[in-house]
Amino acid sequence: MKDFSYLRAASAEEASRAAQQAGAMLLAGGTTLLDLAKCGVTEPDTVVDITRLAGLDTINVGEGGLTIGALATMSAVADHPEVKTQFPAIAQSLSLAASAQLRNMATIGGNLLQRTRCAYFRDPQAFPACNKRAPGSGCSALGGVTRNHAVLGTSEKCIATYPGDLAVALVAFDAVVDLGTRQVPVDDFFLPYGEAPERETLLQPGEIIRGITVPASVAARQSVYLKVRDRQSYEFAAASAAVGLELEADGRTVSDIHVALGGVATKPWRALAVEQALIGKALDADLVRSASRLSMEGAVSHGDNAYKIELAPRVVARAILQLAPSLGDLA
Amino acid sequence: MTIMAPRKFGDSSDGVVGGRQTRFEGDLKVTGAAKYALEHPVENLAHGVLVPSTIPAGRVVSVDMQAALASPGVLLVLTPEDDFGMRVATDWGGNRPDEPYYPLSREVRYNGEPVAAVIAESREQAVAAAKLIRVTYEEAPHVASLDDPNAGEGNLLEHLSASWGDAEAAYAAAPVKVEAEYKTPREYHVAMEPHGLTAKWDGDQLTVWEPSQWSHGMARSYAEWFGLPFENVHLISPFIGGGFGSKGAALAHGAVAAFAARKLGRPVKLALTRPQNFTGYGGRAATRQTIKLGATQDGVLQAIVHRGASETSTYGVWPEQTGAATPIMYKVENLSSEHRVVPVNTVTPGALRGPGKNPSAFGIETAMDELAAQLGMDPLELRLKNYADRDYQSGKPWSTRRLREAMTEGAEAFGWSKRNHAPRSMRDGRTLIGWGMACGTFPVIQAPSEAMIRILGNGRVEVVSGAIDMGQGTYTILAQTAAEIFGVPVDQVEVHLGDSRMPGSAIAGGSMLAGSILGAVHKAASAARDELIGLALSEPSSPLRDTGANTLTFSGGRVSVGGEGPSLTLPELMQSLGRDVLEIRRNTLPDGASMEDQHQAWTTMAKVEGPTMGEYSMHSWCAHFAEVRVDEDFGTVRLSRMVSAFDCGRLYNPRMVESQWRGGIIMGIGQALLEEGLVDMRNGRTVNNNVADYLVPTNADVPDIQVISVGVPDYNASALGGKGVGEVGIVGVAPAIANAVFHATGKRVRELPVTLEKLI
Repeated sequence: MKDFSYLRAASAEEASRAAQQAGAMLLAGGTTLLDLAKCGVTEPDTVVDITRLAGLDTINVGEGGLTIGALATMSAVADHPEVKTQFPAIAQSLSLAASAQLRNMATIGGNLLQRTRCAYFRDPQAFPACNKRAPGSGCSALGGVTRNHAVLGTSEKCIATYPGDLAVALVAFDAVVDLGTRQVPVDDFFLPYGEAPERETLLQPGEIIRGITVPASVAARQSVYLKVRDRQSYEFAAASAAVGLELEADGRTVSDIHVALGGVATKPWRALAVEQALIGKALDADLVRSASRLSMEGAVSHGDNAYKIELAPRVVARAILQLAPSLGDLA
Repeated sequence: MTIMAPRKFGDSSDGVVGGRQTRFEGDLKVTGAAKYALEHPVENLAHGVLVPSTIPAGRVVSVDMQAALASPGVLLVLTPEDDFGMRVATDWGGNRPDEPYYPLSREVRYNGEPVAAVIAESREQAVAAAKLIRVTYEEAPHVASLDDPNAGEGNLLEHLSASWGDAEAAYAAAPVKVEAEYKTPREYHVAMEPHGLTAKWDGDQLTVWEPSQWSHGMARSYAEWFGLPFENVHLISPFIGGGFGSKGAALAHGAVAAFAARKLGRPVKLALTRPQNFTGYGGRAATRQTIKLGATQDGVLQAIVHRGASETSTYGVWPEQTGAATPIMYKVENLSSEHRVVPVNTVTPGALRGPGKNPSAFGIETAMDELAAQLGMDPLELRLKNYADRDYQSGKPWSTRRLREAMTEGAEAFGWSKRNHAPRSMRDGRTLIGWGMACGTFPVIQAPSEAMIRILGNGRVEVVSGAIDMGQGTYTILAQTAAEIFGVPVDQVEVHLGDSRMPGSAIAGGSMLAGSILGAVHKAASAARDELIGLALSEPSSPLRDTGANTLTFSGGRVSVGGEGPSLTLPELMQSLGRDVLEIRRNTLPDGASMEDQHQAWTTMAKVEGPTMGEYSMHSWCAHFAEVRVDEDFGTVRLSRMVSAFDCGRLYNPRMVESQWRGGIIMGIGQALLEEGLVDMRNGRTVNNNVADYLVPTNADVPDIQVISVGVPDYNASALGGKGVGEVGIVGVAPAIANAVFHATGKRVRELPVTLEKLI
């Protein structure tokens, strides 16, 4: 690990100034930063510690929705009683992520910026080619072991999966990222890979995530985060779905639906096609299953990860059906 | 390190062999007081890191180390150019080629092979400098894995072949046939504690603090590398944070650290990074095997034909013997088994819990399940029907084989009789439920061992041995053995272990330690007691002299004539004899063994005795019963219940044994459902070489596990009647789970691990 200097910021402004310097990185929970520093992927010259900034760890659930400070820990949000009842998919996405120890350390702002688990990205010594690390150097994952790689949003430059869970729920429910001077919809916050996979978010140097707001809605209140993985805990998603559903009084007709996918795409993936196929329709299991398949429009397999194209729609369908108990025991 | 018994817990039966004494060193471990090798404080330490190769095959042309040498704190850079002046050490097979040893190799044989090392004032400085090393390679063609199209058929190892009757003809004639190929991937030890050591020289005396499953064997390697007398090396390993087979041999990183320490004239600590732990010592080799079973219509086995292969390295032969269990599981008059090794560009694979028997059991026990399914028969009934009444391979009778009891008692506890044998016959909503079973075995292996007993003036009894406790309970059972013989509470016994300057011992591996070392401790303690009796009855100062008795009883902390008349405590007796200490050393070699024989016995495998070297065939046995829940849509498999019954002979401490069995079963859950080294075919690198990507079970993956002992003392197998317990726990777990998956889903997965993409 390279030597670095350490600065504890006294204010957000100081942190922002310091973070604009080349080679500076922000430190919050440190769970990703330390991990990537150990494998030589990030080598900051300066670490700017923002953990002592006041007022950034609040969690509020009000009529307008949910506001989370960037420094709130994953576990604090996951265990917050009103988040659990008003935004269950968000609470579940956090409690199903990482391990208890990591959730106690990691912050919400840092969680959004979690980097991919792509084995090639994380092993610069053995795999120098990585467009994410070294733009233009190529992609070692293409033609390699791709079991955990993305099938959606990939490009010739990169097929690395966005690993997080929370952002999937946030994308589903139209959350907005507060960057202090501007407010950005979370779906825009994460950039499509295209030609520049090294640029994962639209954060500019010195910009600091201050918090996240999620508008209140019936669908957010009637939501679920379903995560499928090889191991029962402490593992990234093979495929996951955040779904919120509001039904008409008949208990069948969809008045509002939100669907997003995790573990299968290069960014948190809103499945608008699934939503559009179901909105205004009376649900039945077959319709749900066929509509869920639309989530894989444009999906590209790289061999080992072909199973995700089959698995992910099943996860979406199960999540929707779980929220529609009037359809009977279909889930 | 001195370990003392906790003074709480337990009951009156704890202080005897067979009692449920709690773990001696448990308090130390849970409070963090137990010092592991890398935690040992040594002054003036320098820190080393390795630079691993990033190509799978070829040679190092040059190493540019200028930038590294100029980096802050760097003391030394080692490359293949350096003359280490070391000689190759004796291998496990007892061979010692007369060749120089280069722990940093010019020839690159696998991706991750150490090709340079940096030693600096701090570990951080060494890591930073290591990144500045530029290695220029000349690459050569490579074979990435067993699945590489260029891997070939490999080399037949004839000494592993088994054959009797006419298996092919009997198979051809059999009315019912099963033929299938089974595969297991590379698997790794993933011990929590990484490989690493601190090496310190005082003149030509070398001290090594290193986690070790075999203090004497590893000390011998260091001595031979450096041309030192054995006595000059002092290897210290009181605790190990997980071994599972990986810590029985001195390895290249140890040689580098010890060499650097000598060259620098100051102690060097070197710990492998987590990725380097995947190549520092080889994991379980990937295997494939084809099994053909021929049977009659009513399920009587007619023939077993087995053809297996495992990968090995290009520079060493490690047979992960896929036919290890196949010939001894069932009664069969016609059998043919062959095993080949296929050289590929990997670190030489190594011993990982249940070597050979483990993948072998996956093959034969899945094939038996396939046969049962084809016959429409209960897999348990099929196994009982073909129960081996003797060892058909060696022709010898079993010493003890209570596999029938393991199967029937395990089945009873599991509720197997309620099983509907049709696949897909149980479900809970979208969850398919399946029950599967499989058997396992591991041979009884023994090695000569030595122990010393010291009785102190204060009445404390010390047990001293170089044997290792890697969590399996050596401290505890040795104390119980001594406590029983001297009739004292366990807390009056101290146990000293894990040190190459203590009496020599069998390796903590191959499930051979308990049976081997307990024999030595029992012998030494009995001799010490006899000596005390002799002195007590003959010394004029002894109050017991005038009893006229010809022997004495040690019980309840007192020494007496059959519990009658005058009695003394041990300290009183020692005081009356005017003795501060009584020390007796005994070993289990034949009387009159030379010093050279003794040295060979403690430091090589030359005197290890296999399971059929005597008049019996001796093995531990087990039967596993698993219940899985499989999500029909997602293909995810969760183990929901496990019952396993074992015949391991007498249990020296059931609490420790049950813990080891459960540990083996949990490892088996990982093998069945999660573990797989993923090899990049382009460069032979295991890309999931960390504990986030190489999955082992979490607590959430482990259900309630019921373990049952059906063993009886087997005094052919060991002096005190136990058979091995450490490895057998894992053997058969993977096929039991995979068979349960078949029962749940109707899908037969013949390639481990059973991951979701194989089921959706």
